[in-house]
Amino acid sequence: MPSTSPDKRSNPPAGGKPGGASDGKSGASSDPVQIRIRGINKTFGPQHVLRGVDLDIERGKINIVIGGSGQGKSVLMKHLMGLLKPDSGQILVDGEDIVPMNDRQLGELRRKFGMVFQYAALFDSQNVVENIAFPLIERYHLSREEIMTRVRDLLKRLDLAHVGGIEQKFPAELSGGQRKRVGLARALIDRPQILLYDEPTTGLDPVATKNVDDMILQASRDFGVTSVVISHDMASTFRIADKISMLYDGKILVTGTPAELLRSQHAPLREFIDMAGLSRDEGEQGTPALEPRR
Amino acid sequence: MAEASIDTTPRRRALAIGGVLAAPVRSIFGFFGDHTLMLFQAFAWLFRRPFRLRLFLEQMEFVGVGSLPIIILVGFFSGAVSAQQTIRALEIFGQEHYVGATVGLSLALELAPVFTALMITARAGSGMATELGSMRITEQIDALTTFAVNPTQYLITPRVVASIIMMPIMTMVFNIIGLFGAYLYSIYLKQIDVGAFLYYFRYMTDPSDYLQGGIKSAVFGAALSLAACYQGFNVRGGAKEVGLATTRAVVAGSVAVLVLDYFLSDMLATFFPYRN
Repeated sequence: MPSTSPDKRSNPPAGGKPGGASDGKSGASSDPVQIRIRGINKTFGPQHVLRGVDLDIERGKINIVIGGSGQGKSVLMKHLMGLLKPDSGQILVDGEDIVPMNDRQLGELRRKFGMVFQYAALFDSQNVVENIAFPLIERYHLSREEIMTRVRDLLKRLDLAHVGGIEQKFPAELSGGQRKRVGLARALIDRPQILLYDEPTTGLDPVATKNVDDMILQASRDFGVTSVVISHDMASTFRIADKISMLYDGKILVTGTPAELLRSQHAPLREFIDMAGLSRDEGEQGTPALEPRR
Repeated sequence: MAEASIDTTPRRRALAIGGVLAAPVRSIFGFFGDHTLMLFQAFAWLFRRPFRLRLFLEQMEFVGVGSLPIIILVGFFSGAVSAQQTIRALEIFGQEHYVGATVGLSLALELAPVFTALMITARAGSGMATELGSMRITEQIDALTTFAVNPTQYLITPRVVASIIMMPIMTMVFNIIGLFGAYLYSIYLKQIDVGAFLYYFRYMTDPSDYLQGGIKSAVFGAALSLAACYQGFNVRGGAKEVGLATTRAVVAGSVAVLVLDYFLSDMLATFFPYRN
């Protein structure tokens, strides 16, 4: 089993923005790069999924990793939280290499992270409040009042408080968009520094997709977190990204701002962009085309 | 190079044939090995913090209280039908007053533990496999891991422990209801003498018979819950695979109960020899 359950603490990190220095979690620094991935390789049996991935995740920004199905995007994301270990290479989170960490250390590390799953992954048997409060209940000894205060605050900030009887609803009673927001609330409740989104817009209609985009922007803006989004939704990606990296054939093919990527001449990326109907004119004027990464 | 390839070809062929022949053996060992590992992990996590009593109570309620109606129904008719067949056989020798003893013994040693285990496999085992399978395919188990919660401790340990605790209790319920069914059938439908029924029952059965049934049922509880948890926990794919895992859980649990019953009966007969 990859995980462990560290002992509960009496107090969660005190207020402030999740990614801020006041959150009590170690590692807050002025380094603009929060996660450095260097040359990671991962094989599953005969399948070589990641072939020396190099990637920088910038602090406080929305970093999006795009790529086709089966290119290893989800595998890469699981490496960031230590859910998978690479065969070789380094993953530095706030300068600390997480690859050699044991289960207990990884348990501590995961407190820095929140994850929003593709279909929210809310616990069916628990209502909205229990779902959102789950990380607090598992990690700290808090009174019911304290937990409810924080849950209600998040429901309000994520525009869920107006939904009648939301607190007592079960996941099956929520719409797709509401489920995603509750999933985000659960990921945010322990004030993480880094939020991971696994294909957040998959299976949503355009309006719901726009809402999820807004939700990611809001989480980034209001909570100050570093966002890592795995996606193959190009329209959504170009709407919200600060930085985009394309994973292709087990490597990062290209990385840059949305404007830079729109001008890129890499064939697989161009195919992605053209299929999404995005125009080169949408990029900023004068932004140079990208050169291939070595 | 050419020489080397000629030398290795027969060896490679032998290895390939050996690999094909060894595959089923390896698969069987792998299957039992994985189950054993899961059982050890479930018990290892039982003694590590945090202790979540609520999860254990929920599972005990699900396995035990939730199964009570079906156990009562099946227990009553199993006792009654057992008395029916026993009387039919004993009538040949004019010994039908032994029905209380015969049914009591067979319930205590075999019928109650095995039937209870099969009922709980069908009801609770299938439920466990479906729930865990659904949690797996909807990434709820991955979500637990991201919150630094060990899925084995959170999901498997409570289910296995609850089954081990509740199975003997449910078996005793089955015994009581089964005897009641046998009593009603024998006394009111077959007019067996009530004094003879109760006397031979008390004379022939012993607390150690119920202890043997209890031991068996606890082992069955571990086996059926482990089969269910293993199948559910390791689902890959979608809804179809969850359904298949549930079927496999019920089949594996039932077969495990019946196979274990044979070996446990043999073993327990050594520790609890028959008394005159």
